[in-house]
Amino acid sequence: MDWNTIFSVTVESLINPTTIVYALAAIGLNVHFGYTGLLNFGQSAFLGVAAYGLAMSVATYGLPFFVGILVGLAGAVVLALLLGVPTLRLRADYLAIVTIAAAEIVRLLFRSVSLSKWTGGSDGLQRFSDDFYSRNPFTTGVNLWLFSFDRRELWVMVVGWTLVLIASLVVFLAMRSPWGRVIKAIREDEDAVRSLGKNVFSYKMQSLVLGGVLGSLGGFVFALSRAAVQPDTFGTEFTFYMYAIVILGGAARVLGPILGAALFWVLLNFINALLPAMISDGLIPRWVMDANQAGAVGYILVGAILILLLIFRPQGILGDKREVMLDAR
Amino acid sequence: MPADAPPTVAAARDFSNVPRQPGAAKPDPILVADGVVRRFGGLTAVDVAHLEIQRGSITALIGPNGAGKTTFFNLLTGFDRPDAGNWQFNGQPLAGVAPHLVARRGMVRTFQLTKALSRLTVLDNMRLGATGQRGERFWPGLIPAVWRDQERLITERAEELLVRFKLDAKRGDFAGSLSGGQRKLLEMARALMVGPEMVMLDEPMAGVNPALTQSLLGHVKGLRDDGMTVLFVEHDMDMVRDISDWVVVMGQGRVIAEGTPDEVMADERVIDAYLGAHHDGAAATGDAPEVAEAAVDGEPAETGPADVDGAPRSAPTAEDPAGERRSEGEAKA
Repeated sequence: MDWNTIFSVTVESLINPTTIVYALAAIGLNVHFGYTGLLNFGQSAFLGVAAYGLAMSVATYGLPFFVGILVGLAGAVVLALLLGVPTLRLRADYLAIVTIAAAEIVRLLFRSVSLSKWTGGSDGLQRFSDDFYSRNPFTTGVNLWLFSFDRRELWVMVVGWTLVLIASLVVFLAMRSPWGRVIKAIREDEDAVRSLGKNVFSYKMQSLVLGGVLGSLGGFVFALSRAAVQPDTFGTEFTFYMYAIVILGGAARVLGPILGAALFWVLLNFINALLPAMISDGLIPRWVMDANQAGAVGYILVGAILILLLIFRPQGILGDKREVMLDAR
Repeated sequence: MPADAPPTVAAARDFSNVPRQPGAAKPDPILVADGVVRRFGGLTAVDVAHLEIQRGSITALIGPNGAGKTTFFNLLTGFDRPDAGNWQFNGQPLAGVAPHLVARRGMVRTFQLTKALSRLTVLDNMRLGATGQRGERFWPGLIPAVWRDQERLITERAEELLVRFKLDAKRGDFAGSLSGGQRKLLEMARALMVGPEMVMLDEPMAGVNPALTQSLLGHVKGLRDDGMTVLFVEHDMDMVRDISDWVVVMGQGRVIAEGTPDEVMADERVIDAYLGAHHDGAAATGDAPEVAEAAVDGEPAETGPADVDGAPRSAPTAEDPAGERRSEGEAKA
């Protein structure tokens, strides 16, 4: 068995671009779900709108790279307003229904045949990231101990981790402010907050926009790291992974989404590297599973680990046990 | 005039010239409601023709289950929308105003089921109540220098109130770890952080252990002594008798009697409302319709302004008083 490769794949996923994408998406979702108590099940749409905003601006309309970024950010804000205006006055579960539907609408619009002249249909778009990579200051990749990344990955990771740092700092500053106090109070009981003279609708909208914009940063990193956008990568399972990450790391914790994203991908990639190696070495007999089934079994194992975590540590890795116990009263 | 009470407070509590009838005019009303109607489907849950609340007094709102007390509360504070009616607070129209703006105008409520913000500390619960916080806007909130001084003043005020309500030892605990009575105290103290002129307490004694009852009563009286107007919904008659200056009785959505605690508790209509028109055993002798008619006949003369809105009233009939109570109960649920 090639332990070196297995460990290398595992350790790299601590910090690789995929982890960055999920960390940013989960930081945004943590603002919605962890701090405000908004059940947003359409976070993938925020990433999708941002990624396509950038890709369509550059690849379809030939606009400059930074204009594409601005279009993507504006797209995330508009999506938050579109989702929020009709649903934020209603009960929390309506937001869940509407957001999951909206995310599917966004994905199906991107892959619709009639719009494919602009969106590229189910093939998506490419050739929008040249301007980004032309600014790459790295001339060579890095090959250090278990880590090996090429120069493009390095550039994405430097930019990506900077964005993670900025996003976490914004969340940290916002959540320790009186603004954050109102946000957390809304999670506990909206009517109590209303009775104290706060405009709950406005705060929920601000939270939806903030979390959406932070998540959209993940959409940019996602698009740039692949140098392509495809509609089906923004499906509902994308959002469900983000929820797993937020809960794994600990909801309403600034660093929870980052730790959650790193752990989630380390776990998944380790199991997905280990199982095929064990099968090819004959350590797992063929009648148990073959190499084709290993991928599905990997997800099953990760799911089982998450269930165990929720049983034995329901507050997540960084969460506060006392908070969870309050709910049990 | 009692020598120990400040003159303004004593004047506010002087109801000797107020007629003992539903919708009676008060010398200095802070809240005036007219023709407030709320229907749930075919059921009229609230139908208050006219009601005035005296400034600086403690007014109790009592009535049997399903009388529409909490619904009326929700309407006044903007948490529910009426089908008709308007009301003025300090002379300003308040109908249709959003609940958070009602609070900012100085009318702050608490809830029947206490709403402590569980996963916030007791101190943060209190700080949340302060109005006009610069740091509560997103961008200024990111810069602590903008709101730090104000936050310190707010914290000082919160700490003072916590001492007064004997919650200072719990300041750093999650509000969710408090007992039922402590939550009631916290909710009341938090409402005071808004700086209200009028405090609306929805069943402040519900679920409070008897040891805390006296302390809570003292705090409610303290609100009045600080110049606030208190309107509260309560079932506990001992409490109503103990602290209220004036009692408004609701039955089947309408105001059916007003008076001092002792007067309303002796009032035939109030007893009827609580026990039903058959309470004297009339039903058993077959005289029920006459008894019910007598009760209804007595009403128009006394309600006076009740007829202003001209809405047809469904008089409680002896045939089905239980039915009406049952359906109102459903609406409340």
